[in-house]
Amino acid sequence: MAAISREEVAHLARLSRIEMTDAELDHLASEMGLILDSVSKVQAVADQDIPPTSHAIAMQNVMRPDVVVPSLTNEETLSGAPAREEDRFKVPQILGEE
Amino acid sequence: MALNYDQALEKYEPTLGLEVHVELNTNSKMFCGCATEFGASPNTQTCPVCLGLPGSLPVVNAKAIESSIRIGLALNCSITPFSRFARKNYFYPDMPKNFQTSQYDEPICVNGYLDVTIDTDEGPKVYRVDIERVHMEEDTGKSLHVGGATGRIHGAEHSLLDYNRAGIPLVEIVTRIIPGTDKYAPEVARAYVAELRDILRSLGVSDVKMEQGSLRCDANLSISPRNSGTLGTRSETKNVNSLRSVERAVRGEIIRQANRLESGERIIQETRHFQEESGETRSGRSKETAEDYRYFPEPDLLPIVADPAWVEELRVALPVKPSIRRKKLQEAWGVPDKEMAAMINAELLDTVEETVALGAEPTKARSWWLGEVSRLANEKSVEPTSLIQPSEIAEIIALIAAGELTDKLARQVVEGVINGEGNPSMVIEKRGLKVVSDDSSLMVAIEAAIASQPETAEKVRSGNIPAAGALIGAVMKATGGQADAAKVRELLLKHLGQA
Ligand SMILES: [Zn+2]
Repeated sequence: MAAISREEVAHLARLSRIEMTDAELDHLASEMGLILDSVSKVQAVADQDIPPTSHAIAMQNVMRPDVVVPSLTNEETLSGAPAREEDRFKVPQILGEE
Repeated sequence: MALNYDQALEKYEPTLGLEVHVELNTNSKMFCGCATEFGASPNTQTCPVCLGLPGSLPVVNAKAIESSIRIGLALNCSITPFSRFARKNYFYPDMPKNFQTSQYDEPICVNGYLDVTIDTDEGPKVYRVDIERVHMEEDTGKSLHVGGATGRIHGAEHSLLDYNRAGIPLVEIVTRIIPGTDKYAPEVARAYVAELRDILRSLGVSDVKMEQGSLRCDANLSISPRNSGTLGTRSETKNVNSLRSVERAVRGEIIRQANRLESGERIIQETRHFQEESGETRSGRSKETAEDYRYFPEPDLLPIVADPAWVEELRVALPVKPSIRRKKLQEAWGVPDKEMAAMINAELLDTVEETVALGAEPTKARSWWLGEVSRLANEKSVEPTSLIQPSEIAEIIALIAAGELTDKLARQVVEGVINGEGNPSMVIEKRGLKVVSDDSSLMVAIEAAIASQPETAEKVRSGNIPAAGALIGAVMKATGGQADAAKVRELLLKHLGQA
């Protein structure tokens, strides 16, 4: 089984700002190990002649011309915001700062 | 006992690298059609794409790709045949998507260089700055921290976000370690950013305004004991928003790190913020390491495969390099190195060029801009070009050449224009600053001067020409400086039988 430690899961959870209980960490560490195991089977099948793929369809150079199109209004932009102030999104104190 | 700069350099060698972010001046954002105009009211240049709303799909701006390739070409880079975007994941409200679309291991341009020249004790020296990569990404939103000390994160109760800037195309230009700068590290850093800015300006891809943040420089610096063959831990200084600050920030960091090591402390790898007032840096947020960004290929954007024929087309159409343009101007103007360097350092080369194009003699244009106008600008702490137009300086120089203004009167005209009294001819009219050139009124003043200093006049009559200075001075004083001194001298000597 691919080793993923409890500490690594805790670290990922912290980066994603997801709070996890000890039980959840234990559970996820073994579950994620299993997922990694399954994915690594693909590596065994994919030989030298199969290039790594990032997109489902091999397309490239899809671009748009540099033309301005109308934006949302301030009201529309903020319509889904949990809190607002002075036409801006209001967010809680930024954690982990000095 | 704290080490000063020279003492720090005696014991330690600096290692310098620079990252420059430049905001492109496209009309629309990097991945959506929102406008990029500066100064719009908050959250009015936003759409589902740049707000990161579920289901929205980004499409890359063709002009931004073109500008990025042109920047790479101007910096002697190779354009990579296959380039991809990547997600840089981080949890911070300045990016509503919780990631920044950037490039990771497949940037659009790699392996370039830029040569910069600085003055050293041994004369001008060229440093080659190797460019590791030029990659595309997007700018972040602007946060306003409320509560606690105004504008500071520390102690803030909450933050307010404006996403107008989120998604504006950014190009990041990363150097390799610049070897051998030694004590000139601050000067090399400044010269590199200045040269880069000139190139970007000549390409027309950005406003390159450091004060407004469309060009930003991060300085990576470490020091190590001389001849130790090791590399120290580096700090990354941000918030450097002028050329002068680039130089000061590097100098300040060398001193700070040397003093830390001297007192037995270690250097922490961290982000620091440059403080404009003190010239020092202050610790910022400790950075997540590269691993923590969990980069992966952006599935919603397709790879860029630049057609070699297109790249060649762009290469052929590049403008003349600023360094070559400067050389040509210097030759055309016949200006010595030192004066040329003074114009470049004062960032007045374009202005002088414009003034010369309007008919002014190069030496005169240079001396007005670098002399009187710069002096007044300094007093007011503003840019010389914000005070007066090249066309106005050209007009004043033309009036002097035509004998209608003396240098002294011309300075008054400049002062008037700067005080908002109108264009030069209006100032001359209002202030009555015409040169007194009609001979009869000058002769009245000359005769008065002779009458008040008969002995001096006698000396001149008997051939002592230098004695005439006192009489000329008296005439100039009597006419309030509005006479042409050469004209006065000519008339006076003639009157006293010496011409
Ligand atoms: Zn948008």
